[in-house]
Amino acid sequence: MLLSTPTSPHAHTPLDTSGLMRLVILATLPGVAALTWFFGWGTIVNIAFASLIALACEAFALYLRGRRVMFYLRDCSALVTAILLGIALPPGSPWWIIAVGIVFAILIAKQLYGGMGYNPFNPAMAGYVVLLISFPLEMTRWLSPLGTFEGSVPGLMEALQLCFGGGFDAHTMATTLDVFKQGAGLMVADVWQQNPQFGRWGGLGWEWVNIGFLAGGCYLLHRGVFTWHAPMSMLIALTAMAAVFYDGGSSASGGSPLMHLLSGATMLGAFFIITDPVSSAVSTRGRLIYGALAGVLVYVIRRWGNYPDAVAFAVLIVNFAAPFIDHYTMPRTYGHNRGGSD
Amino acid sequence: MLTDYSVLLISAILVNNFVLVQFLGLCPFMGVSNKLETAMGMSMATTFVLTLASACSHLTYNYLLQPLGLDYLRTISFILVIAVVVQFTEMVVRKSSPLLHRVLGVYLPLITTNCAVLGVALLNLNKEHNFLQSLVYGFGAALGFSLVLVLFAAMRERLAVADVPEPFHGAAIGMVTAGLMSLAFMGFAGIV
Repeated sequence: MLLSTPTSPHAHTPLDTSGLMRLVILATLPGVAALTWFFGWGTIVNIAFASLIALACEAFALYLRGRRVMFYLRDCSALVTAILLGIALPPGSPWWIIAVGIVFAILIAKQLYGGMGYNPFNPAMAGYVVLLISFPLEMTRWLSPLGTFEGSVPGLMEALQLCFGGGFDAHTMATTLDVFKQGAGLMVADVWQQNPQFGRWGGLGWEWVNIGFLAGGCYLLHRGVFTWHAPMSMLIALTAMAAVFYDGGSSASGGSPLMHLLSGATMLGAFFIITDPVSSAVSTRGRLIYGALAGVLVYVIRRWGNYPDAVAFAVLIVNFAAPFIDHYTMPRTYGHNRGGSD
Repeated sequence: MLTDYSVLLISAILVNNFVLVQFLGLCPFMGVSNKLETAMGMSMATTFVLTLASACSHLTYNYLLQPLGLDYLRTISFILVIAVVVQFTEMVVRKSSPLLHRVLGVYLPLITTNCAVLGVALLNLNKEHNFLQSLVYGFGAALGFSLVLVLFAAMRERLAVADVPEPFHGAAIGMVTAGLMSLAFMGFAGIV
């Protein structure tokens, strides 16, 4: 057996904040590509417009506070927020929806708390929840994915028209989770057959979007951007909840575990949102609890709540619980007794 | 039967959370949430008093006010009942368990001014709950209050060291946070 013993200097490539954020942006690419393939250029337009406004807001807030504008802008954290929100919004959202969401996310959910590193809630999800509660109609209008109708999904010009002009005809249809919520009383096979937007496992297009984000997440995991604890425990908790309540037949039972894993924002939430290093729990045990709580809440709100997808709400609620979880899962410092007393 | 009561309980804890959805009991929510330890003490004391007070006010209304035709006195008599329950609790705790009194002592008199306590008593009346339902509703309201208070206190300890802009220090950022938490709790709408 060969034991390699390298001598010093042990050179590392330390990841600074902007490097980390660029990795995260890189890892969203497969998911964004899938979204663009199935739903047209809307997502790209969302992301571009959101990034523009996010950078402007961030610069404005930093200027007001007298901080070094370029230094903080270069850490790309505002860009990540913009990209996550752009992905979460329905493709082809009107420009003012994007603007309201991103202004809330950057100015209120992030900069009011002191900016990068202090925000207790995930800014992108806070912006999303504000939009979902304020404009439910616009926020649930998803275009129909490629392959459900004749013709194609919106191209770049049409997507721009949808965003800024509004005068463009496009097909919209309910998402898989939405159909499942409304379609109680049918057998799963019936729902599958009647609705062309159901794909093989989790909704046409959606399954590939989720697989895309899963691939990106695995890449980040491989690069050590976050640990496996929170995403794994969230996915396991969601699978377990779905498995317990799924009776294999009627759609009233809430869909199979596979459907829950591969539709909606599950993978985006598990790998890109709850792994946010600022707003999540920090201890190892804390991350396990934090992720499991998120998974359970996603299922509970999807299944019994009013809103078809629940990742944003679940994330805000677990963000809210994170300091408390941390307080009780603080690892014992070496040399001290349990319970913090010495 | 059992499902009805659990639905009532979950509704009072999460869906119609007294602090974040119905905006009752905001004074102790903002006032006692600076430290986790004090928030713990406050939430235990409130849970005890709220459950007891909702039962007592139910009895007062049904066996005293209504037979005598004194419905219009309900608000003032509920306030009296709550004050008495609080005072009584304080006396009992002081005599029976000095330790518990040290933990809860300061917070007990404060509960008299918690509008959630009066709110639960009046809501029980509005919703025509029977005795057991009043008790469960009061307990659920108290659990919801405690949950939110304790989580909020843990979060405020973290906010205390955050680099919050000068004009938003203290209560202001606390209010913003409470608003965001309220948004999060809207996700529970429709569960029961």
